[in-house]
Amino acid sequence: MGSEVQMRLQINDDTHDVDVAADMPLLWVIRDIVGLTGTKFGCGIAQCGACTVHLDGRPVRSCMLPASLVGTRQVMTIEGIGQTESGRRVQAAWLSLEVVQCGFCQSGQIMAAAALLARESHPDDAAIDAAMAGNICRCGTYPRIRAAIKEAAR
Amino acid sequence: MTGLGSVSRRATLTMGGSLVLAFALPRRLRAANSAVTTGALDGFVRIASDRTITFVIPSVEMGQGIYTAEAMLIAEELEVGLDQIQVVAAPPDGSLYAQPLFGSQLTGGSTSIRGFFDPLRSVGATARTMLVGAAAARWGAATSDCAASRAVVTHQPSGRTIAYADLVDDARRLPVPLTVPLKPESAFALVGKSAKRLDTPGKVNGSAKFGLDVRVAGMKTAAVAMAPVPGGRLRQLVENNVRSMPGVVDVLRLEDAVAVVGEHYWAARKGLAALSLDWDLGALAGMSSASLRAEQEAASMAGSPIRGRADAAAAQALGDAARQVSATYELPFLAHATMEPINTTVHVRPDGCDIWVGTQVPLVAQRLGAEITGLPLDRVAVHNQLIGGGFGRRLMADTVEQAVRFARQVPYPLKVVWSREQDIRNDRFRPSYYDRISAGLDRDGAPVAWNHRVTSGTVRKYFDQDGWPEGKLDPDAVSGAANTPYALGKMIVEWVRHDPPVAVNWWRGVGETHNVFVVESFLDELAHTAGRDPVAYRRALLADNPRSLAVLDLAAMKAGWGTTLPPGHGRGVSLHESFGTRAAVVIEVSVTAGGDVTVRRAVAAVDPGIAVNPDSIRAQIEGGLIFGLSAALHNEITFVGGQVEQSNFNDYRQMRINEAPSIEVHIAPSGRPPGGMGEVGTVSAAPALGNAIFAATGRRLRTLPFDRAQPAVIAAVEGKRVAAE
Repeated sequence: MGSEVQMRLQINDDTHDVDVAADMPLLWVIRDIVGLTGTKFGCGIAQCGACTVHLDGRPVRSCMLPASLVGTRQVMTIEGIGQTESGRRVQAAWLSLEVVQCGFCQSGQIMAAAALLARESHPDDAAIDAAMAGNICRCGTYPRIRAAIKEAAR
Repeated sequence: MTGLGSVSRRATLTMGGSLVLAFALPRRLRAANSAVTTGALDGFVRIASDRTITFVIPSVEMGQGIYTAEAMLIAEELEVGLDQIQVVAAPPDGSLYAQPLFGSQLTGGSTSIRGFFDPLRSVGATARTMLVGAAAARWGAATSDCAASRAVVTHQPSGRTIAYADLVDDARRLPVPLTVPLKPESAFALVGKSAKRLDTPGKVNGSAKFGLDVRVAGMKTAAVAMAPVPGGRLRQLVENNVRSMPGVVDVLRLEDAVAVVGEHYWAARKGLAALSLDWDLGALAGMSSASLRAEQEAASMAGSPIRGRADAAAAQALGDAARQVSATYELPFLAHATMEPINTTVHVRPDGCDIWVGTQVPLVAQRLGAEITGLPLDRVAVHNQLIGGGFGRRLMADTVEQAVRFARQVPYPLKVVWSREQDIRNDRFRPSYYDRISAGLDRDGAPVAWNHRVTSGTVRKYFDQDGWPEGKLDPDAVSGAANTPYALGKMIVEWVRHDPPVAVNWWRGVGETHNVFVVESFLDELAHTAGRDPVAYRRALLADNPRSLAVLDLAAMKAGWGTTLPPGHGRGVSLHESFGTRAAVVIEVSVTAGGDVTVRRAVAAVDPGIAVNPDSIRAQIEGGLIFGLSAALHNEITFVGGQVEQSNFNDYRQMRINEAPSIEVHIAPSGRPPGGMGEVGTVSAAPALGNAIFAATGRRLRTLPFDRAQPAVIAAVEGKRVAAE
């Protein structure tokens, strides 16, 4: 039945002590327990990337990652990414090029793009494809995502 | 007191200590079913004494940028900047917010700008006229000496100014002008220039709230299991002590669904997995895609056609033609697979009901809420939310109905969330189509006769409250087929109604997505038969249609049509005029010897009439093309044992960034009334892609999706290679 475990999560600038089932994905802890709803539920099987957050700066799919496995790693969500240099640049480029349509996938897109730029300052098309292919956009904003990552890298 | 062409001031309200001025559309623009009002949120323009200006936007925002485009129309005439306003979603009220082209409050069919272009500008102009009048009266000046700009009226001779917010009290005592002149296009300051979208900032920092993000005090969350076959029923439910699981609150039943309620979604989902459910699968347990297809084909052969267009002597012209060409095209059921899974939050109380949902049909959601709870309509509030992808899915409120049925069983607010698997399997699908088409050609290969028989179900059976009568033409079945850009000779276009046993729904591009695929693919076949270049063949049929000819020529020129491509590459074109817009698209593909198709480039030329927000038009074409390409390449919903075989993005595959083409959009505004845009790119995609695959391989693909035909493409590529050797 899954007993509850106590855990301390570092999310953005805050510390959260939560009691949840050991198998509860980080996504639902972030959304339903902590109350940060910018991170989205899209598929539940790590196929669409809408739930992408950072663990110590690396992008992960929070819908399949049990929160109990996060440990002491720093969780960063869309609500906090603007405080990083790469996140700030990505958000500015997203606004400048009007990437967004419905917006539901864009938290995940921005988290994936910010992680890419943080580790690779001038990604080429192949690097963008490799980093972003896990993030589905049903509105079809891919051409603008590609252009905005390049703008953010300037 | 309302005259034609004017706007009536409907109410002056006091809200939160601020005076607001509310304006309503004239009666002639209102819905036929205008009995509904909800009171407090009223009108389109609210100017508060704290200088806040709020526009109530009648169309829902689902990514198409309509909050911004409709705000531009009001702001253009009101003389305020987009940086000075905020927007809110309209509540359900058909008397105010009906889409004039439908006579009902709904967002769909690329109607928003077409229907609201004049009314929303009239709203802005009327409000400005009254505010300027109030300023002139206060100064004892002539209105002709007063000018409005950025929410301030200036008395030009003296330079005195006064803000709109300080004029509201006076303005609301003035008579509503009977008519107001609207700016000519040459005087537009906002319309026609790309504006930053008003909804973007919140969507890049995580603060934007979609339906799934609604949080209400005391709210619980439900995960749902539904009958695996349409029409199935719950036979037995064994709870297995699920109520003792941590976080589980309740188990709720409907005839065809079960919900486990949790303190949060994960608890509900785990509880759901712990139930033992036994379903009576019902009458459709034997349904399969093969049986559905066979029934549809049989209906096409034996059914009674309803005429959509029947030119005199068309049948004889076909028989007399020098040459006849015939083909059969098939299109599958499709899911919408919006990024935001289905969700609805409902709080039913003895005295009222609140529904928080992103819906394209707020009036239907409200009506269902009232019918199911037994509450009066005015006690049911619908709080429309930002929508994480509509594409037609949220034109059906079956999901709201289910949520209310669950929520009426509990005292607390209940958020019902479908998993992705439930979202895909329990969608209301785009209908499947079976099309037989023939053309008669003259000695030069030009069409002189045309016969197109569409066989499909009708969405109207589910969409219209009273269904759709037998024997009546559903215009959607033949739109884009009975009316093409071309001179095709004498035409018969007819529809055999064959309602499948599963519910169907609108899907991006509606009837045109289906018909334009058939017409534009078949035209390519005719060009090939005639030994003519596909663009040249189409040009010859457009002598009387300069607007469509212009976009065809522009797309061909920008795409480098006719220039040499590497082996294995091909270009295809499509052209259509739909929703008041003309669009031509050239797609370039490459096809490997293994049959893998890469979409390399898309070039679009669009005549939208007046382009209200050009950058949003570009975005709609880009996104519409990718939406259509995803479906054309990969998507079909299939059934085995009555159950949908697809479940999630692993087996209902979507185009990803590494598969997406570069896209160029060239806008050629013609100054005509603005056309619709949300559907347009999707309509263009499949035929241009299929024609490009033909150009690359010599293989004509008449069945969607194309990846189903991959073995045939491989064979064609191999055949071409062997022939070349």
